[in-house]
Amino acid sequence: MSETVDIAALGGVKEGEKKRPRSKDRRLEIACQSVEARLKNFDEVALGYSPAEAVAEAMRCLECPKPRCVVACPVHIDIPTFIGHISRGHFVEAAEDIRKYNNLPAVCGRVCPQENLCEAACIINDTNPNNPIAIGRLERFSADWQFGHSERRADSVAKAPATGYKVAVIGSGPAGLSCSADLAKMGHTVHLFEALHKAGGVLMYGIPEFRLPKTIVQKEVEYVQALGVQLECNVVVGRTMPVKEVLDEFDALFVASGAGYPNMMGIPGENLNGVYSANEFLTRVNLMKAWKSEVGTPIRKPRRVVVVGAGFTAFDVVRISLRLGAEEARIVYRRSREEMPGRGEEIEHALEEGAIFTLLTNPVRYIGDDNGFVKAVEVQKMELGEPDSSGRRRPVPVPDSNYIIECDTVVVSIGQTPNVLIPSNLPGLATRWGSVIKVNRETYMSTVPKVFAGGDAITGAATVILATRAGREAARSIDGYVRDPNRGWYPPAV
Amino acid sequence: MYRITGKTVLATGVVEMTIEAPRVAKAHKPGQFLMVMNREDSERVPLTIADSNPEKGEVTIVFLEVGRSTIELGEEFQVGDDLFAVLGPLGTPTHLDRVGTVVVIGGGLGVAPIYPICKGLREAGNRVVTIIGYRRKDLMFWDDKLRSASDELIVTTDDGSFGMKGFVSDALKKLHDEGRPMDRVVAIGPPIMMRAVAEMTRPWEVPTTVSLNTIMIDGTGMCGGCRVGIGDETRFVCVDGPDFDGHKVHWDEMFARMKVYQREEREAIASSPSCRLYFETLKR
Ligand SMILES: Cc1cc2nc3c(=O)[nH]c(=O)nc-3n(C[C@H](O)[C@H](O)[C@H](O)COP(=O)(O)OP(=O)(O)OC[C@H]3O[C@@H](n4cnc5c(N)ncnc54)[C@H](O)[C@@H]3O)c2cc1C
Ligand code: SF4
Ligand code: FES
Repeated sequence: MSETVDIAALGGVKEGEKKRPRSKDRRLEIACQSVEARLKNFDEVALGYSPAEAVAEAMRCLECPKPRCVVACPVHIDIPTFIGHISRGHFVEAAEDIRKYNNLPAVCGRVCPQENLCEAACIINDTNPNNPIAIGRLERFSADWQFGHSERRADSVAKAPATGYKVAVIGSGPAGLSCSADLAKMGHTVHLFEALHKAGGVLMYGIPEFRLPKTIVQKEVEYVQALGVQLECNVVVGRTMPVKEVLDEFDALFVASGAGYPNMMGIPGENLNGVYSANEFLTRVNLMKAWKSEVGTPIRKPRRVVVVGAGFTAFDVVRISLRLGAEEARIVYRRSREEMPGRGEEIEHALEEGAIFTLLTNPVRYIGDDNGFVKAVEVQKMELGEPDSSGRRRPVPVPDSNYIIECDTVVVSIGQTPNVLIPSNLPGLATRWGSVIKVNRETYMSTVPKVFAGGDAITGAATVILATRAGREAARSIDGYVRDPNRGWYPPAV
Repeated sequence: MYRITGKTVLATGVVEMTIEAPRVAKAHKPGQFLMVMNREDSERVPLTIADSNPEKGEVTIVFLEVGRSTIELGEEFQVGDDLFAVLGPLGTPTHLDRVGTVVVIGGGLGVAPIYPICKGLREAGNRVVTIIGYRRKDLMFWDDKLRSASDELIVTTDDGSFGMKGFVSDALKKLHDEGRPMDRVVAIGPPIMMRAVAEMTRPWEVPTTVSLNTIMIDGTGMCGGCRVGIGDETRFVCVDGPDFDGHKVHWDEMFARMKVYQREEREAIASSPSCRLYFETLKR
């Protein structure tokens, strides 16, 4: 049911013609919901390119023979080729081409920090500063187009004949989904275990609807299932099934359990009512849909919110708070704007929506009312000192600079670490800091034979694209392992 | 999946339900709980596993119809219906080592979860003295089951309509006053009762295990919503518990945290037709 695209009308390259790139043009902005409108709903903020816009943006691409963007992309998507397809009106082909490298284009096009990756490397920055090709938006466009205009049928995917090997994948975030899909295509029997009642990992419970619609995530999950992967939700491996049982039943195991344990600061008052970990706040709102009045899970409507931290999570929390009707939503961050790890577009959007930034400031304690609810936070001013191991300047407290910020909700968004459940139930599994699983970086094999791991579980909280890549590379390695008659040649973890 | 295979109303508002959940039944150990979602839009409700039958692949829960979700579960779901999700068994199992004489206390709804614990403690070679308490005689349930799982059973009712008049803590004090051996106490029930028991046994220096029922969202250690102060540390009830040393629990914090969603819960009940109907029937 592929629709024919009138490429001439869209201003693209006609069949048999040569492309004349318009790299001097400005990068095309993406249409967004107005600030007033989007603060009243949870719908996606960025509306996506129309076909004409996508073609116009694609026409700016030089299709470099030695593309720097491809080098910068963690999975080395053949960016000039897929953009070339878009400029010629071959939208479905563009998406298919991306899928050769990345199993989750509709997701990555929306949530990758492109400004630090492919788009930062784009050569057009040299001649037309700050106007790199909008690679992420084009990736999203082609993936969305494919969803809407072609039956992406799993049974039409070239699948290797069944091998009879059984692989268990633990965790259905981007790492687990990507690994499962590839293993299924290689002909293996794949069983995907997920602890929660919905598959998708952080894509479901962490990233909010207005950045990544859950229907998109579920389409990807359904596709993976259609490839033959058996998804079983409501199974916590290590509780519902002993890890040992899974090991006995399968030829190999891929641990993609993510980094889901919320870090707290350990300062006084952290257990007061109204002080949340980011994970609790996000899970209530995203996974349990507490923003809809008809669902069972409640959320206390925040009025004055203090969000501690400035990563992906913090910006999601602050923007959710504003949508829940908060009068004041404030990011409190101990470093300055330059060090903020959040995604550029998200920081912009949060500012537009009215988020307040209180920078170079750190909480020291939370103050409660008589009923045990938080009513204020005492903060301390910071200044930047010498660079630390991450290369960022280390914040140091300014003496006698404490003051009080009143609030009724605090959300601690200072990061997540992997859960200890699987390491503590798998004797011999080596970890860093007790929970980050050690693997060989080429084979993804851990110190336990048969057990591979990838994604946030081996890196600590990172990005969707890195998790997706780990899933794909691990699948290749697992494939080699299960087919190997000796199954012994794998270099152990380091 | 997760089909309801049995349902009995044990007393007003107290419902026993058996559910098909083969993996949970197989892995269950005393002291663990599960999370239930009635429907896709429902909240995730933690409920202690009161019994399991691995052969039949079934687990038993006993719950009190108190909030929107438990009222809907009790009033709208019948044998043959499917639940949207059942996740478990969660939490760290109760330690069942052999210590000598263990006094196991179940207050109200807490009578259900102590059943597998009594069985397990006895299998481990302990002498099990069980105290179960109810408000009134007509709210009693499972006393026969508990009798069969214990070496000695004491029943209390608040109004004296059955057994000893008073609270479970009165019965515990009596045992102590009589100089009966007591190497460990396990108490499960309303937090007020568990605190009373823990405060009573503190001066006696009898190790006391309580089972906390904080608010939970995921139940897998991901959100920290269930956290509570235990001694000098903050612990997650869903993974580190639900069993904790009753002498170390920060009870005031625990009580405060249970009230976070009181207002929202009242609104939820008011907006649910089956909840309104349930309370009207109760009044009549
Ligand atoms: C709020 C938020 C916003 C983010 N925004 C971005 C962004 O914009 N861009 C970006 O690139 N990255 C973002 N990230 C980071 C990104 O989401 C993660 O790096 C990525 O999801 C990691 O993927 P994963 O597959 O390793 O793990 P996860 O996505 O964490 O998935 C792990 C899954 O395993 C399951 N699991 C865990 N233990 C068990 C067990 N024992 N048995 C069964 N199942 C288990 C979990 O329930 C979960 O579903 C964000 C993270 C958060 C929290
Ligand atoms: S996957 Fe991410 S980094 Fe790679 S091209 Fe797409 S947006 Fe850029
Ligand atoms: S309920 Fe979420 S961590 Fe315990």
